[in-house]
Formats: sequence, C-alpha cells, structure tokens
Amino acid sequence: MKIFNLITVGLLASSIFISAQAQTPEEKGFEIAARSDRSDRGFGDSQVEMKMVLRNAAGGETSRTLQTKTLEVADESLGDESLIYFYTPADVEGTALLSHAKILDPDDQWLYLPALKRVKRISSANKSGPFVGSEFAFEDFTAQELNKFTYKFLRVESCPDLPELMCDVVERYPTYQKSGYSKQVSWIDQQDFQVRKLEFFDRRGDLLKTLRFNEYKKYEDGVWRAHLLSMANHKTGKSTDLVFSEYVFKAGLTEKDFSKGVLKRLR
Amino acid sequence: MNLLDKTLFAALVLSAFTVQAQDWKFSGESGVEGRFFPQKPRQIEQQKNLGVSIMMQPEFRYQASDRKTQLGFVPFFRYDAEDRERTHFDLREAYWRQIGDEWEVTVGVDKVFWGVAESRHLVDVINQTDAVEDPDQEDKLGQPMMAATTQKEWGALSLYWLPYFRERTFPGEDGRFRTQLPVNSRRAEYESGAEQWHQDFAVRYSHYLGDWDIGGYYFYGTSREPRFIVDDNEHKLVSLYDVISQVGIDLQYTNEAWLWKLEAISRKGQGKTFFASVAGLEYTFYQIMESDSDLGLLVEYQYDGRDSNAPDTLADNDLFVGLRWSLNDISDTAILAGVSVDRITGEQFYNIEAERRIDDHITAELRARFLTGSEVGEPSWFLERDDYIQLSVLYHF
Repeated sequence: MKIFNLITVGLLASSIFISAQAQTPEEKGFEIAARSDRSDRGFGDSQVEMKMVLRNAAGGETSRTLQTKTLEVADESLGDESLIYFYTPADVEGTALLSHAKILDPDDQWLYLPALKRVKRISSANKSGPFVGSEFAFEDFTAQELNKFTYKFLRVESCPDLPELMCDVVERYPTYQKSGYSKQVSWIDQQDFQVRKLEFFDRRGDLLKTLRFNEYKKYEDGVWRAHLLSMANHKTGKSTDLVFSEYVFKAGLTEKDFSKGVLKRLR
Repeated sequence: MNLLDKTLFAALVLSAFTVQAQDWKFSGESGVEGRFFPQKPRQIEQQKNLGVSIMMQPEFRYQASDRKTQLGFVPFFRYDAEDRERTHFDLREAYWRQIGDEWEVTVGVDKVFWGVAESRHLVDVINQTDAVEDPDQEDKLGQPMMAATTQKEWGALSLYWLPYFRERTFPGEDGRFRTQLPVNSRRAEYESGAEQWHQDFAVRYSHYLGDWDIGGYYFYGTSREPRFIVDDNEHKLVSLYDVISQVGIDLQYTNEAWLWKLEAISRKGQGKTFFASVAGLEYTFYQIMESDSDLGLLVEYQYDGRDSNAPDTLADNDLFVGLRWSLNDISDTAILAGVSVDRITGEQFYNIEAERRIDDHITAELRARFLTGSEVGEPSWFLERDDYIQLSVLYHF
C-alpha cells in the first residue's frame, strides 16, 4: 500500500514539474480529483442527521431517517470508518451498519440487528446492490476514496445548474472489484473544487443514474458539504433524495466509536 | 413478576424520576398473530386448527446527553386465546448501563446474543429460551445480570455475573408443540441446592482480525436446557436443571460473497462430557438475473455428541440447506426457506420465513413449519402433527 502512496506522490510531483502541455488527460484528471479530495482533508470526524426520501416512478414517496458518523483516516491507503444508524422506519429502528473502508481490498462491514441483539459480519462484495431500497448503491456511499478510481480529464465547461461557475469534467473508472459501473463522469467546479454532478454508467456503458450535489455549505477549516443529494435513475424513473441537516465536525470521535463492540450499545 | 423483577422494576422507576422525562424515548411494537394447524393434535385436549394471539412490547429508553448513561425498560406481554401458558409476561430488558473510557457496565435485565450460524444457535447461552413464543428458540427471556466489557486494541473482554436463573417456558396442556405429558410450569428441580439463586458466571473474548471474526467463552452455571423427570401424581413432566460448565467458540471467515461459519461447544455436567458443533457456509449471488434481489445459499451441518443423560436435541446429526431471497425493495421483502434432514432417521424439518413492510409502521410476517418422517421414540415424534402456518401483522410505534 505504501507503494501506492509513492505513486501518488510521484504523480503529484510530476504534475508540478511537467508543463501543462506534456500532461496527459489521465494525469490532469487525477490532479483535479486529488485537489477536490484534498479540499476535504482534515475534517477529523463528522456527525450528521440524514433524511432519505425515496420516490417511485408514479410519484409515491416514502422516507427513512438515519444518522451518519464518519472518522477520517488520514492514510490514503486506507479508507474512512463510518457508522450509519437507523431511526425510521420504525420496524428497523436501532439497526446499524459499521464500515471500515479499504482501497482495493473489500471493506469490512458489520450489521447490527436490534431485535436479536445480533452483530453480523456481512459480505461487502455487494457493492452495486441498492442501499436500503434506494437508488444509491452501497458503493455510492462507501467508495468515494481517491484511490478507488483512475481518472481522465475531458473538458472545461459551465457547471450544471450554476452557469456562473466553470467546471472541470473528469471521467473516473472504478479500480475495485465488483463495481456496477463501467465509468462515472464528474463535474468539479474550479472555484471550490467540489463535485457538482456525477453521472453513472452501467457495465454496458449506458447512462444509468445522475446524482446532483446541491446546497453546499462551508464549515470551519474550509470543509464543504452538500446538503441535498438527488439521485435520479434513468432506467426505472425512480429517485432518491438525501437531505442533510447541520453537520457537526471534530466532535472528538475516535476509533473506539467505530469498533464492532459499540454496535450493541448505540441506544 | 417474581421478586427480582419487582425489585428491578422499582429501581428503574426510581431512576426514571431522577432524569428528565424528555430524555426518554418511547417506541415498541404490538401485533396480532394467527396460527393454522392443518392436522389434528396428538392429544385430544390440545388446541385444534386455529389459534389467535396478541402481543405488545413497548420500549422505554433513556440516553444521557453525554451518552455515558443509558437506561432501558422493555416489558413484553402476550395473550393467547388457546394456551394459558402462552399467555405470559416478561421483562425483556430493564437495565442501567454506564459507559466509561475503559469499561462499560450493565446492571439489570438484558439480552446477549453470541454466535454466527443460522440453523442452530448453539453457543448462545446467556438467556433462557422463551419456548412458548416460537418453537424456533430464537425468542429469549430477559436475564438478570451484571456485565462488564472492556474494548481494547486486542479485542473485547466481557465478564458476566448472572445471579438469578430463569426457567424455560413451555406450552400448557392445551397448547401445541408440547411433549406427550405437558411440562409442569409450577415446579422445577435443580441439581444445586441454591436452585434459581445459583450464581452463574461467564467470561467471553471476541475480536476481528482482517477477514476473521472470532469469539470464545467459558460458562459455569445452571444449564438453560432442562432434562425431564415424570411426576406420576400430576401426570406431568418436571424440568430438571443441571449445573454445567461449557466452553464455546464461534468463528466466521468472510471472503467476497462467502461466509464460512463455525460454532462449537464442549459441555460438562449432563451425562458424559460432550462436544457439539454447527459448521457451514453462506454464499450470496448478488443482483440475480439483473434484478435488485440477492439469493443466498446456506448449508450447515449440525453435530451433537450428547448421551441419553443430557437433554434431548433434534440437531444431533443433521444437514441444513436453505435459501435466503432478499428483494432489496422499499418494503425490505425477504424470504428464508430451509430444510434440516436428520442423516440417521431421515426426518425432515421444513421452515419458511417471509416478511415485508406494508407501510411506515406496519410489517407482516409469514411462517410455515413442517416436520415429516419422525419415528416413535424420537424426541420430535410428539411434534409431528404440529405443522403450522402463521401470519403476524405488527404495528411499530
């Protein structure tokens, strides 16, 4: 994994010394993605309340409420740790999902089932499956680490929905196994380096879903967070919104708060 | 409620007054359940084809703003129209928990689950089975305890002191799933003179290392599984609880879509010291046929080396094969269907469990269980006519 870091450093170093003309689209794409990723660095830990609104093609609507805690793991060869806790629907209240993300290895994941008080280690091979019946796949939540993709710069154009901002358009290709996507196209703005839109292409190469990141807010230490994520599935006509309320950063969470044993005492 | 439950109840009510009411969270569930038995019972007095029952389980939980103190209070009540013994009350949880930097301590009634297997919960030993709730032995009575856990880099270590024993619940004379002679619920015999006050202890270590999840424990105390002796005066069986010591391990290796599982115990104190295990795997095919649904294949082998001086078990030499179908839809629809086959007698036990959410507060569950090929003299013989289909509708608040 350390070799990976060396490559990363090497790529960054070369991007500084080699003139822009000599830079390949792959190098430029990585540089843009890395800059966006770095803008998020140093958030430490976060806690946020989330409402997930699921809509079917006929306009029927149902929602879930949950809480997400995240612990930043600074080592780029490792992923962040996260804990998702369900408040509603009422029958799954207390259910929790703990993830220790990896870069190229499968993530470690445990599910807590409150009715039986049972902690279950689950397979994380299910990356492309829907997360709790939503239009978000497991990998859309867990696979946002820089080194889980390779990149290619495409072009510069006005940002979607924000014509006053310019966006770099970068394609990225999952390097981890079992991804449901052949590629994703990201729109990253040139001012704050935040992702504004993501298009997901299925294994056949067809456009499957579009995710828009809205209502960005800047917190201390220059950390940006979108507060409305809207995922539209073009094949099914279904959509899912994630509505985040106020984030709390640096609440002093530690590895202990993300250990398997903590699942049993969340409520 | 027995004396201990009353004491705990009083302690909890008192502590409840010392904290702000708005810090409490109230939730829970209540439900209606119908059971249909296609066959006539073995005994004339047992309930006939239909049974209706209602249940209620409110949950009161408190969490201090610093999250260091937690209280839980979860009473449970079921009314069954046919079986008086199935109409019962229990305190599932009634505890005070303090979370420190190094240790976490729980005092009161709580539920603890250990294990990884699906077809048999062999290593799960802390709580008594609430056998009238469901013959699958997954429902448990609350266990009075003082438990302390420390979470370190090298794993989690838990110590349990279990000062009071809960007797297993059994169907009454009118109920299904009973032995030929019903079990007397008013009388139990104990190997220990301390009876229900025998002081039980357990220590457990658990950890995970990469793809491995491991656990191991030692338990010394009253066996949750009773033997039976015949009370000739009352024409009933009397439960006899031995003192046992038991070591157990549970292991799971998780790799891609494979889960490899092992549970094993060695028990001393009921006949000759014996070994028992359940070992198997679960493999999941994700997004089958380009749909959102997953299909899991489960295979487990159950072995139990106990002799006739130990309580009977159905899982002595059985192969379990099952399918788990999860639709991953908005309703969380899931179906688990399986069969256990006894490799010696050929006896087969079929089990189907299906569930889905109807709306934000209502879920429905279907259970169907069938037993065939049981012979006279086998422990399961008296259950053979108790095949049933059960539909429950639960309201979650």
